[in-house]
Amino acid sequence: MKTITEQKPLEEITQYLEKCKKVYLIGCGTCATLCHTGGKSEVLEVKANLEANGKQVVGWMVIPTACDELTKYALEEEAKTIAAADCILAMTCAIGVQMISLHLKEPKLVYPALNTLFLGMEESPGHFTEVCLQCGNCVLGRTAAICPLVRCSKSLLNGPCGGSAEGKCEVSPDIPCAWQLIYDRLAAMGRLDELEEIEPIKDWSVSVSGGPRKSDVEAECADTP
Amino acid sequence: MKAGTNLEKVLESGKFTVTAEAGPPKGTSVASVQKKGELLRHCCDAVNVTDNQTAIVRMSSLTGCLILKQQGIDPVMQMVVRDRNRLAIQSDLLGAVALGVGNVLCLSGDHQKFGNHPGAKGVFDIDSIQLIQTLKMMRDEKKFLSGEDINGEVPLFIGAAANPFADPSEFRVSRLAKKVKAGADFIQTQAVYDVDRFRQWTEAVVERDLDKQTHILAGVIPIKSAGMARYMRDSVPGVIIPDEIVTRMEQATEAKEEGVKIILEVIEQLKEIPGVHGIHIMAVSWEDIIPEVVRKAVLMPRPVL
Repeated sequence: MKTITEQKPLEEITQYLEKCKKVYLIGCGTCATLCHTGGKSEVLEVKANLEANGKQVVGWMVIPTACDELTKYALEEEAKTIAAADCILAMTCAIGVQMISLHLKEPKLVYPALNTLFLGMEESPGHFTEVCLQCGNCVLGRTAAICPLVRCSKSLLNGPCGGSAEGKCEVSPDIPCAWQLIYDRLAAMGRLDELEEIEPIKDWSVSVSGGPRKSDVEAECADTP
Repeated sequence: MKAGTNLEKVLESGKFTVTAEAGPPKGTSVASVQKKGELLRHCCDAVNVTDNQTAIVRMSSLTGCLILKQQGIDPVMQMVVRDRNRLAIQSDLLGAVALGVGNVLCLSGDHQKFGNHPGAKGVFDIDSIQLIQTLKMMRDEKKFLSGEDINGEVPLFIGAAANPFADPSEFRVSRLAKKVKAGADFIQTQAVYDVDRFRQWTEAVVERDLDKQTHILAGVIPIKSAGMARYMRDSVPGVIIPDEIVTRMEQATEAKEEGVKIILEVIEQLKEIPGVHGIHIMAVSWEDIIPEVVRKAVLMPRPVL
């Protein structure tokens, strides 16, 4: 599983940086590197681009995994250089952006250079598909391990709509119909009768509709005072 | 009787039923709805008012239904789950019933990508089959989805759609069975052009006795021009038009006449198919032709019950 990102249009980034002269750049060595959106080469590319447009890049780094605890220490190490910058441009996923913002000693603007798209499953090398909505109430046990909430364009829970044609979704010929996939897999297992059961109405309160979700687990490396 | 609407009475009487679709305006004109109502009142048993069809914003279906109701026409309120969550669905239904709308057609709705607000958030809180269940629960148990009681009766005649031509084709009868199990009293199908393929579907439907548990109205769309035939063949999700029909339209000297001829041929065959209880005419921006089609199909006058 990887967090899939894409770079924002340069115009949007430029707009963010309008009032900033000095910029500190941060990339991420994990998902964003894999997506070619925030690895070392992309960071250097953006650095050159900003400098060509009159900005001063006071420093940069690629944090190994921007969403984890070590980000805090990376920021501490670079604190002096970061202090000289008017803002940070984070070439990380949205979790990285927030992690950086959370751990800065002095409050400073952190702008996202990327759009965070989805949590992707690598179906084949380099090809990522969105397969989980993180709805908080998994239905995969009743849908042959294919999630219709995110793979069906209408999140239908009771079979394909009238727009399913030749295995494709009506929204685009590039999107496989999730219910065709579910149907084929259940057919192969001789379990089509299960599709005649009516899936009950979903409880969205355990999803994002219920407000921000939190989870407390025993920390692997608790912060020692 | 579940709702006692004209549509329910005609279907229950066993007479071959005729419904038609009227698209509300992209504006505020009451007169434009009334004009369609006047056109359709004598040739149909009920008139569907679409709900932001093809995801294009129009006057609300409920408003269109009320205007038709004032003209003495039995309206069918179409309701899609694309634009409303369960709260809005239930409150709109209470309002519709309060004002005398009894027929409701439960739909998923065309994806917002196809409409004029492609950046809209699709709601899809519940799906179309769960919408049918919701209506049935409100009517039969007089309860909201929350389990709380509804004050007053909720007489509804519940409709659903079916597309015999979509894939996976083997699942299409199962999907109908699910809708019937959920509580669909009547079904309006996607437009039929390939009658043989439609017949295969109805045979499987009859085999399972589904036609005895619900009323099936076969959809028909009169084709106005060769361009429209090509457009529907190539670009309208869920519609299948055989090339032969496109060719007929292309070669016709009088395209409109040919379109009427084709639709009459289809209707003649549909009348004879066991399990088909009527037709639903969706004359997209060609409503004027409906009276002629119904008359020439020898389906006039409509029963007064």
